[in-house]
Amino acid sequence: MRARTRTARRAVVLAAVASLGAGLLAGCADDGGDDKASDGSSSGSGKGKTTITLGLFGTFGYKEAGLYAEYEKLNPNIKIAENVIERNENYYPALVNHLTTNSGLMDVQAIEVANIAEVVATQASKFQDMSKAAGVSKSNWLEWKWAQATAKDNKTIGLGTDVGPMALCYRTDLFKQAGLPTDPKEVGALWAGDWNKFLSVGEQFKKKAPAGTYFMDSPGGLLNAVLSSEKEKFYDSSGEIIYKTNPAIKAGFDLTAKAAAAGLVQPQTQFQQAWDTTIANSKFATIACPPWMLGTIKGKSKPESSGKWAVAVAPKSGNWGGAFLGVPSAGKNVKEAEKLAAWLTAPEQQAKLFKVQGNFPSAPGAYTMPEVTDAKNQMTGEQNIGTIFAEAAKTAPVQVIGPKDQIIQQGLSDNGVILVTKGKSAAEAWEAATKTIDNNLDK
Amino acid sequence: MATRHDTAAPPAKEGGAAPGRPPAVLTDADQRRRARLSRRWQRDKRWSPYAFVSPFFLLFLAFGLFPLLYTGWASLHQVELTAPTDMTWVGMRNYTRIFDDDFFWNAAKNTLTIGIIATVPQLLMAMGIAHILNYKLRASTFYRVAMLAPYATSIAAASLVFVLLFGRDYGMINWALHFVGIDAIDWQNDKWPSQIAVSSIIIWRWTGYNALIYLAAMQAIPQDLYESAALDGASRWRQFLHVTLPSLRPTILFTVVVSTIGASQVFGEPLLFDANKGASGGAEHQFQTLGLYLYEQGWVNQHLGRASAIAWTMFLILIVVGIVNYVISRRLRASS
Repeated sequence: MRARTRTARRAVVLAAVASLGAGLLAGCADDGGDDKASDGSSSGSGKGKTTITLGLFGTFGYKEAGLYAEYEKLNPNIKIAENVIERNENYYPALVNHLTTNSGLMDVQAIEVANIAEVVATQASKFQDMSKAAGVSKSNWLEWKWAQATAKDNKTIGLGTDVGPMALCYRTDLFKQAGLPTDPKEVGALWAGDWNKFLSVGEQFKKKAPAGTYFMDSPGGLLNAVLSSEKEKFYDSSGEIIYKTNPAIKAGFDLTAKAAAAGLVQPQTQFQQAWDTTIANSKFATIACPPWMLGTIKGKSKPESSGKWAVAVAPKSGNWGGAFLGVPSAGKNVKEAEKLAAWLTAPEQQAKLFKVQGNFPSAPGAYTMPEVTDAKNQMTGEQNIGTIFAEAAKTAPVQVIGPKDQIIQQGLSDNGVILVTKGKSAAEAWEAATKTIDNNLDK
Repeated sequence: MATRHDTAAPPAKEGGAAPGRPPAVLTDADQRRRARLSRRWQRDKRWSPYAFVSPFFLLFLAFGLFPLLYTGWASLHQVELTAPTDMTWVGMRNYTRIFDDDFFWNAAKNTLTIGIIATVPQLLMAMGIAHILNYKLRASTFYRVAMLAPYATSIAAASLVFVLLFGRDYGMINWALHFVGIDAIDWQNDKWPSQIAVSSIIIWRWTGYNALIYLAAMQAIPQDLYESAALDGASRWRQFLHVTLPSLRPTILFTVVVSTIGASQVFGEPLLFDANKGASGGAEHQFQTLGLYLYEQGWVNQHLGRASAIAWTMFLILIVVGIVNYVISRRLRASS
């Protein structure tokens, strides 16, 4: 009898330990999830075939859009395997390490637009000149997209995949309640040509806005939208850092600070939990919005929000996001890799990708294809959004991008304008931001 | 049972107990063989231990000493992560500039305050919990395992949950506070709230771990000390003060040292607490610790030389902290 109670107790303890342990394991498993590289297709059974590997980050969507299968059918001796790292923050340092040590490289490597200038400046010698690759024609790409990946000696190290032409997404229901027009054309006309007009629309919105709503999502989002429509941002064309002296930057900063002080933007940082939740609760009236942002909005929204958004042209067009495919010279199948990269970035494939994934083509040839012109989005209902984004892509400036753009921009928004929402003056915020940036830039 | 010397047999004299073995007659070959074996045995005895410990030292050389020296070498250069072989000698510049680097000192201050906010309550709570667990309880094994659960949880998972709890607009803690009439606190963007929030993750994670160490030490205290204290009329609290605490002194010192070292290296919790601002530790760097600053310089800004200098400075600071700890513990031991 006694022995039985003992075993019973032991069983209970064991069960408790086991269930706790299982919980812990589940907790641990979360840890590495971000970085886990996943091999797309296994390279078994491919005897006599050449396997081409792609190093990607985030969601490029090639596999989802069926492009690998299509290419393998067109080229029976080729197999494609992708190696995806979820976040570019983890992908990029690894890529730099692999490039500097000439090891561990995939045949094709993706490069984020935020890093392209640094790669062009410091790693160009490690990449193939894609302008000379078979089947590549410079005229296929938007002029500024092509320029971003081209070094001073005219060597082009990456082919543009997609771009992020920026428009403004807005909630038609909130606009209506605030007494503003809801038709995309009329809304676009309200602020056409000038970000200051956008702020005055915000003031109008605020007067009659539903409780708890904000005109725009975040100071960082507004600053990004304003700055991305400038031709020269943080670097001049000779590569000098000019962010402190460039009047456009100071003006954009002060404009954002003004909006923050007036309570037009929600005191938040984009892509944070709280920001996600605010989207879910439909408290933002506008968000600066490249096509991929509609995917983000869709992911964060509750079902009842679908169809309530609309897209209007921004006061000035800009670009936010996009990537490139480069071929490292140290790869095993350089020639085949060049062919694949060229095929994946050709206008037809970019159009297919837009239809499935919403990545906006960087090839103007795709803008007249039905995949783009007839594009609709679940969040924007019946509106034809393809043409608006195409217009923005064509009118976006050829922006000078520099190696440390990301650090400077992050400093201005995350250590700068956000402070205005906490009661600091614009001057104090500027001071704090520039101090952080200068420290981060100092080698 | 100890030997009773008065009744035990006296120890035998040398060669007295066992019957002597007849002296063996050895041939020359035998002797040579013995000498050889003996030499071999001597060599074996002399060198084998080194072979046995060598894996540790080889690994230490490869993964401990080499990185340490390389970091020291890199800290004397201007070198970027994008081109790690491209070094420019700058002498002590990376070190001298630390003296007027406001961000470094801000991070050092934050490390200290977060360390205090996290360590002091943590050890006090651990002591209390250990004391409670030391009583006879039903299902005590369950409680002890449960105590260790936070420690075994990954920092990433824990921090993400805490970020949700500490949200300003939709967080559970602010929601609870509003019932007692406290307005929404901006846990991420205000200085002290953010430091308290980060500390709370550390406290949550490490309290159980320290409690188990205390518990183990408490169980080694002889029960008769408590019995005699109880006979003398000491209450439980008095017993805790005058029996438990003095007996735990070496253990407390140990946990203080370990927690101090842990606190000076705090990294994961603040990094994930504001995942978007990442290494900058908040809009005003209000919870940027030294570990974060090091990471920001090395991996975000790609300045390997500066990051190496920061790493070495942290190392030297830790040595100083270690010496202070040692001196204090010697004083305490001498006074007891």
